Amino acid sequence: MVRKNAKWFVVSLVLVLSVALLVSGCGQNNAGQQGAAGGKVIKIGFVAPLTGDVKTFGESAKKGFDLALEQAGNKAGDFTIQPVVVDDRNDATEAVNVATKLINEDHVAAIVGSLTSLTTIPISELANSNKVVEISGTATSPKVTVENGKRKDYIFRACFIDPTQGTVGAKFALNQLHAKTAAILYDQGNDYTIGLAKNFEDAFTQGGGKVVFKGAYAKGDVDFSAVLTNIAQLKPDILYLPDYYQKVSLIGKQARDKGIKATFMGGDGWDSSDLDYKTMDGGYFTNHYSGQDPRPEVQKWVQDFKAKYGSEPDSFATLTYDATNLLLNAIKTANSNDPTKIKDALQATKGFSAVSGSDISFDQDGNPVKPVTILQVKDGKYKFIATMK
Amino acid sequence: MKISRQTIILLILAAVFYALVKCLQLTGVLSQYWQLVLDQALVTVIGALGLSLIYGFTGQFSLGHAAFYGLGAYTAGVIDKVYGNGSILFFFISILAGALLAGLVALIIGLPILRLRSDYLGIATLGFGIIVRVGMENANKVIPVLGGATGMSGTPQTANFDLIFVLVLVVILLVRNFIFSTYGRACTSIREDEIAADLMGIDTTRYKVLSFVLGCALAGLAGGIYAHRYPFLHPASFDFLKSFDFLLIVVLGGLGSMTGTIFTAIGWGFLLEVLRAVLGENFIDWRGVIYALILIVAIILRPQGLFSGKELGLLLPRPLPLTTTSGKERTHAGTGN
Amino acid sequence: MEHVLEQIINGLQLGFMYALIALGYTMVYGVVQLINFAHGDVFMVGAFIGYFGFAVWGLPLPLAIINAMVVCALLGVIIERIAYRPLRYAPKIAALISALGVSLFLEYFSSLKFVFGPDYRVVPRPIQEVHWHVLGLPITNIQVMVIVVVLVMLLLLQLLIYRTRIGMAMRTVAVDHNAARLMGVNVDTTISVTFAIGSAFAALGGVLYAIAYPQIQPFMGIMPGLKAFTAAVLGGIGIIPGAVLGALIMGQVETLTAAFISSQMRDAIAFTILILVLLIRPTGILGRSQTEKV
Repeated sequence: MVRKNAKWFVVSLVLVLSVALLVSGCGQNNAGQQGAAGGKVIKIGFVAPLTGDVKTFGESAKKGFDLALEQAGNKAGDFTIQPVVVDDRNDATEAVNVATKLINEDHVAAIVGSLTSLTTIPISELANSNKVVEISGTATSPKVTVENGKRKDYIFRACFIDPTQGTVGAKFALNQLHAKTAAILYDQGNDYTIGLAKNFEDAFTQGGGKVVFKGAYAKGDVDFSAVLTNIAQLKPDILYLPDYYQKVSLIGKQARDKGIKATFMGGDGWDSSDLDYKTMDGGYFTNHYSGQDPRPEVQKWVQDFKAKYGSEPDSFATLTYDATNLLLNAIKTANSNDPTKIKDALQATKGFSAVSGSDISFDQDGNPVKPVTILQVKDGKYKFIATMK
Repeated sequence: MKISRQTIILLILAAVFYALVKCLQLTGVLSQYWQLVLDQALVTVIGALGLSLIYGFTGQFSLGHAAFYGLGAYTAGVIDKVYGNGSILFFFISILAGALLAGLVALIIGLPILRLRSDYLGIATLGFGIIVRVGMENANKVIPVLGGATGMSGTPQTANFDLIFVLVLVVILLVRNFIFSTYGRACTSIREDEIAADLMGIDTTRYKVLSFVLGCALAGLAGGIYAHRYPFLHPASFDFLKSFDFLLIVVLGGLGSMTGTIFTAIGWGFLLEVLRAVLGENFIDWRGVIYALILIVAIILRPQGLFSGKELGLLLPRPLPLTTTSGKERTHAGTGN
Repeated sequence: MEHVLEQIINGLQLGFMYALIALGYTMVYGVVQLINFAHGDVFMVGAFIGYFGFAVWGLPLPLAIINAMVVCALLGVIIERIAYRPLRYAPKIAALISALGVSLFLEYFSSLKFVFGPDYRVVPRPIQEVHWHVLGLPITNIQVMVIVVVLVMLLLLQLLIYRTRIGMAMRTVAVDHNAARLMGVNVDTTISVTFAIGSAFAALGGVLYAIAYPQIQPFMGIMPGLKAFTAAVLGGIGIIPGAVLGALIMGQVETLTAAFISSQMRDAIAFTILILVLLIRPTGILGRSQTEKV
């Protein structure tokens, strides 16, 4: 009887293992093609929230990435580029899973992505410890490139960081909008909103304003009536909502319901075609670029994008395009698919002309120095207001 | 101590399995990615065995299992990250601490709530799970290194297949010995009919609490190992949805069966990743749909679970004299329904 | 002072919406002793169908609501038929797992691009918000609408259950199906009707929720479903007034915690209260203790 059961046990075990083997074997074949294609190949991973709560970010970013590769003829230096695209659903755990796959299974030399600090921070830990280059177009939290005072050498970004963004936003509110009081609401589970909220608060207070309310909510919260009732009592001039477009639209609507007349303000997370323009009308946000900027690089980019996709590019597409080009430039300069050489070339970038800024180089934290654009939501679209440093 | 023939055969087969996996690793067929999946599946086995003890064998409907898994993970993670030096010694110290903490919390919360009836106990444990999750999200206000709602990273990744495998084996033997002892029999009698058990002189409170604490400690142990194999801990991974995953595994495997739990835990661990690999990027949206359909079909086709009440012969501590008319081994454990 | 009253009204709005969902849970549990985890997702489907009704197909609001209720009633009946009826005489836990499967299925299937898609959609309000000040308290027409609609539906439900034959059949099946069958009650039909009504109520809740908190996405039903279920248990599962009471309490606790303690702790405090109540009254506030015959 024992023998019969033992045999059954082994049979089913073998079955389970075979299935796993088959699947992992298939996976292994794909990775095995690296180098077998004859000629030099470099694999570049692309991580973005293609589905989930900020999917418009991911979709735009992919368009930017694809266009950059197309314009480069899918080559950088002597190498043919093989992109590997994965979806992180704007979820931190999923991001770690897909990044692990990119690094361990697909053996990518570099990763473009992700888009939000929420997912980019965990990926950056993984990439840095595995010596894989990562450049994010749009993740703005300082923690992406620096953790506990230590620089993650392999990690870069193509955008400004939240301290810059939050400070500029506060200065704009104080000087241009003549605001005296502000209320802030942010997502407690997101380093991006936490960072922006803090930077705005610090700069606003230092500039002589008063932050009358600063409150946090959880990512899944939908009912803000209680906290907005509290804010309405305080009658602030500004309601600062540094979250992504769909959350901001939801809070904005309920805020107006509660009779809050404050001007809405926020950060680059607002930039989306899915923002509730009607509710947020009159609100201002800090962003990376505007299609109305007359610089020739900007105008050429807008034309090229329109020609290929039939719509105007937003900052996610633009910054990912810039990030991809910065990476391709580094690969070309290093003429290697060795991540360490690429990392060195990237760090040494000087005077690069990108769409979102004309003289790009990286500081010792892997961040570029760039101006902040202020946009206003007006009549169903964005109106370019100013650029500030 | 006399080691039965069954145990020896089990250990030999375990060694065979181990050797097999090592071969696959060395020939490169089992890539690092799939190794991670296997390790994760083994960790889930430990956690699922804990719930199997609590629900499968003692009949206590607990929907908060992931909370203890999370408590173990964070405890072990923070101890090793802050005080540890990445050595194996600290690995063992921290996971034990995780298991102990989980067990302690289970004791504190279990004493008052275990007297609730089945469905109500489920809700209470569910509620407890949510409270723990909110606690994790706000923990960084008290202990900043815990990371709070943005998650904690940086725990030393000292667990590997060898360590995990040995631990799983130890846990299986532990659970097996518990179930086939007087304690285990007391627990199953509670599941079958609590009032009758009480009348027979079994201290139901004592055994309910015992199995709950032990089961939750196992969850804590699993969590501790998880923290050492996975670089990033986030409160959302220890939510009630994760508790449902454990429940699913125990029920589909068959209540009152360790074998069922073990097999289903490993199968489930691979299922989602296999779906991901098989479907490819284009059909990735269908992954959740297919998973849900498999679940519904599986439970309708076999509502009592895969191995309800039955155990694989070699998992028993010694050949039992109980047989059904068909000659298949049937344990005292039964299905409980 | 009006500040606190205003928060109480916020809590009432939330509580009444939870009540609509909690009713469905409690009715189904009463009749088949099943915790229908898929109920929160039927709520989600209702919200989407309502949204399509008034925002995409341009239907007038009452028609959009009725449409959503009918579609979800049908959905509820189909789910019962396919996923729960085959397990009616199997261990209860099997039906629970099936319910979990259905819940996941509805969520992921709705996320597919050709169905609802995974996007978060902004819901344009079908009616203009009107702000009134009653006795110094700011109230919107939306809050009033939610409260009035729910009260009316509750009344209709009471009438249905206590004044009609089908209601009597439901009450009988809830006590003992086999005896009911012996009395000539068609148990299968009665159970289907129960699911239909419960789902229709969830759909109504979904549409009202989408109007009050104007954003919908395929996973929106998980938390409200969980909270409504907790509310039903809090009030005594299987008891209709209990579901409403439990829901109102949950709504108040959540809102007042968010207003005066901390928005981040709202869930933790709501569930702590739940556990405390269960420890004092193990079958819920209005629950009857069930004596087990030995």
